[in-house]
Amino acid sequence: MMEWVRKFFGTTSSSTTAKDRLRLVLMTDHLALAPEIIENMKRDLIDVISRYVEVDREKVEVNFEREDRSLAMLANIPITSVNRPAAPPPTPPPPTSGPPPQRRRRRKKAATQSPATAQ
Amino acid sequence: MPAPKLGRAIVITSGKGGVGKTTTTANLGTALAARGARVALVDADVGLRNLDIVLGLESRVKYHVLDVLEEKVSLDEALVADKHSETLFLLAAAQTREKDEVDTEKMRALIEDLRTKFDYVLIDCPAGIELGFKNAVVGATEAIVVSTPEVSSVRDVDRVVGLLGNRFKPQLIINRLRPQLVRKGKMLSVEDVNAILHLPLLGVIADEPEIIITTNRGEPLARRHDSETANAYHAIAARVAGEDVAAPTVEAKEGFLDKLGSFFGGRRA
Repeated sequence: MMEWVRKFFGTTSSSTTAKDRLRLVLMTDHLALAPEIIENMKRDLIDVISRYVEVDREKVEVNFEREDRSLAMLANIPITSVNRPAAPPPTPPPPTSGPPPQRRRRRKKAATQSPATAQ
Repeated sequence: MPAPKLGRAIVITSGKGGVGKTTTTANLGTALAARGARVALVDADVGLRNLDIVLGLESRVKYHVLDVLEEKVSLDEALVADKHSETLFLLAAAQTREKDEVDTEKMRALIEDLRTKFDYVLIDCPAGIELGFKNAVVGATEAIVVSTPEVSSVRDVDRVVGLLGNRFKPQLIINRLRPQLVRKGKMLSVEDVNAILHLPLLGVIADEPEIIITTNRGEPLARRHDSETANAYHAIAARVAGEDVAAPTVEAKEGFLDKLGSFFGGRRA
């Protein structure tokens, strides 16, 4: 009831602010405390993307940024070649011997919490 | 008088200081003893002894935990009997020593020794996550974490639960809840805290003046049965003992002015 009144008047109670801030800080804390999880996620992410395009594994960057009310994972994955069949192969195909690698940078963004923040 | 079965060693911890670990230990111990259980309270806060004064036993302490660990006195000599309960005992912390003087392995052995003599060994953990925390936890078989409904406390409990690891399934006591503030949206509610920590809830203790008053006097509130907060400690003790009673909670007593305030949406801060 009180929360409804607050929403109606467009104000946020300090306990709601506290809850949101805590949720966010704990996500950041947990990530900082589990570097191996980030490494595993990074590896899996590269593996999946490698099924479609060739990526420069050494230059992959994964960062977490706090936005207003959510935590976002930002991955910068340099693509070295897109000479792949259109249909996604289930297993990595043999290495291609196409033209010299073209570098393209693509910014991939995924919200870890609410889908509303995903671009 | 060795018991055939080893007692339970429960560490009471929080990470953050000042959330009420010592008060909780004293009251939970008193409530468990009131049920007839043999209870030893161990003050693991070496250098900052306080459990004795909260229990009103400060004038009876002759020896402390380091005296026992260094084999200067026997465990029985160092245990201080409570004034009221025949089954409640205190092992005080050393006041003029430092936390790093405690040998972790000897501490583990001491707690195990206590478990042969008592049904419950409650270990009052110091604030922080350093050696003092490790020494308090080393002999424990269970953990109770205490959090106030504040962002700093909840965050520290989350960290401590991570440090406790898989050996424990910590249970939560939410302390110093102010129901009026929760109702006005000015304090995290029990649901808010639990949505973040996801821990089994042992119970909620309200922020009541009588806790301060009884602590002033060195007479733990749980010696009594005539107040809601005292009974909340008894309910927590019953749950710890494995009885199927509901976790005590705290309801706001709504006065006329509160009703008027909530009708107009209240003032938010």
